Amino acid sequence: MTDNNYDEIVQLLCDRLSSLASADVNITAETNLISDLSIDSIKLLNLIMEIEDAFDISIPINALADVQTVHELACLIAKIKSAS
Amino acid sequence: MNLLEKLDAAAAARKAMLPEGVGAFGIPIEEVYSATEARIGERRVLLLGTNNYLGLTFAPECIEAAHKALDEEGTGTTGSRMANGSYYGHRALEREFADFYDCCSGIVFTTGYQANLGTISGLVGRGDTVLIDGDSHASIFDGCILSGAEIIRFKHNDMADMEKRLRRLGGRAETTLIIVEGIYSMLGDQAPLPEIVELKNKYNCTLLLDEAHSLGVLGETGQGLVEKTGLLKEVDFITGTFSKSLCSIGGFCVSNHPQLDQLRYVSHPYIFTASPSPATIASTRAALQLLRNGSDLRKQLWKNCTQLYTRLKETGYILGPEPGPVIAAILDSPKQALQIWHRLLENNIYVNLILPPAAPDGKSLVRCSVNAAHTTEQIAHVGETFAKLYHEVLQP
Repeated sequence: MTDNNYDEIVQLLCDRLSSLASADVNITAETNLISDLSIDSIKLLNLIMEIEDAFDISIPINALADVQTVHELACLIAKIKSAS
Repeated sequence: MNLLEKLDAAAAARKAMLPEGVGAFGIPIEEVYSATEARIGERRVLLLGTNNYLGLTFAPECIEAAHKALDEEGTGTTGSRMANGSYYGHRALEREFADFYDCCSGIVFTTGYQANLGTISGLVGRGDTVLIDGDSHASIFDGCILSGAEIIRFKHNDMADMEKRLRRLGGRAETTLIIVEGIYSMLGDQAPLPEIVELKNKYNCTLLLDEAHSLGVLGETGQGLVEKTGLLKEVDFITGTFSKSLCSIGGFCVSNHPQLDQLRYVSHPYIFTASPSPATIASTRAALQLLRNGSDLRKQLWKNCTQLYTRLKETGYILGPEPGPVIAAILDSPKQALQIWHRLLENNIYVNLILPPAAPDGKSLVRCSVNAAHTTEQIAHVGETFAKLYHEVLQP
């Protein structure tokens, strides 16, 4: 994964997540999707569908079990993108 | 946070949504009078929160069959079929389901939940893919998790979205199991089966259809969506439950793939569960006969569904896209839904309350389940009460 790719993915994730989180939360790569953003599981799964379309990939729900932070989600997306 | 503190956090979240003393979930039902009436607290209530679609819970044929089995075979089987053996009733019910769907194989499970859990986890595994509707029931989702297959969701009933995800799978589509439901339990809408079958054939996938809510409800003989659409032979596996139209507990899977029988040796939810009790099997067999011959019941059910759906729609409620035995009023906030639910109960009408995240798209639902035993007057009374509450709660 190039740094550019990773940075672009993180930026897109932060933009999408900001629409779901309250205004006072500053979203960074280290933000925890569940504990910091209080996003329920269904909203998160719907967000994943949007992200899948943005990158034209499919993210298996099982793979999300190991994802807690924006950084981890970005790494997963980069990995799937590079494999597809 | 330790294990018990996690549960405390879950309890706090529930309390924040439901004020103290409002027992909307798991409400105590003190006495059941009929398929349409029961006592909750001191109230005699009209039941619109059951899945008793054909109204057969007190059918004399089913009660008599259950009594006879209880007398002759005892209260329970005390073990799994693998270890403890299959009773005549288990095998007969499997043959009867296979015959009903004109299939070569049928398996009975102890619950409807296990029918999906056992079928899905037996059919797919690591290296395979399951493509499921975004509004899938928890039993489907849990079956997929248990299987270890990769789980991909598509947007609810959105065929363009489904095809996009099939295209992305490339060659892996051939080891993909598509899973959809005849009628979805939240909004009562039906899967677009003709389009799904077209995509299934185009991408050479396997298709499982869960007829849990559509069994007994759709089609001339009550097979479900496969019969209504004439696509029985296009669906690889059909699962369903006994706990709705058949008024007992248990589940089934039927298929024309003879490999279905191998599930008996690989599916943990089948192998490691006590088999259904003789009385349960006997009442289910009797109910299946009534269901197959129940076109009059279906006619009455659909009359009731259309009557209530039309009344609520005319009042101004936002509903699911089509009439059916599941009619859900979609509300913007848990507070509104709770108010309507509570006021309905004060008016002696029991319905289901569904709050986020269980309800789709962050909405809240007040969900009615209509059945064939409801009278025209009962449905009219429910419609009038909903209309009164619409003006008092939503448009004061």
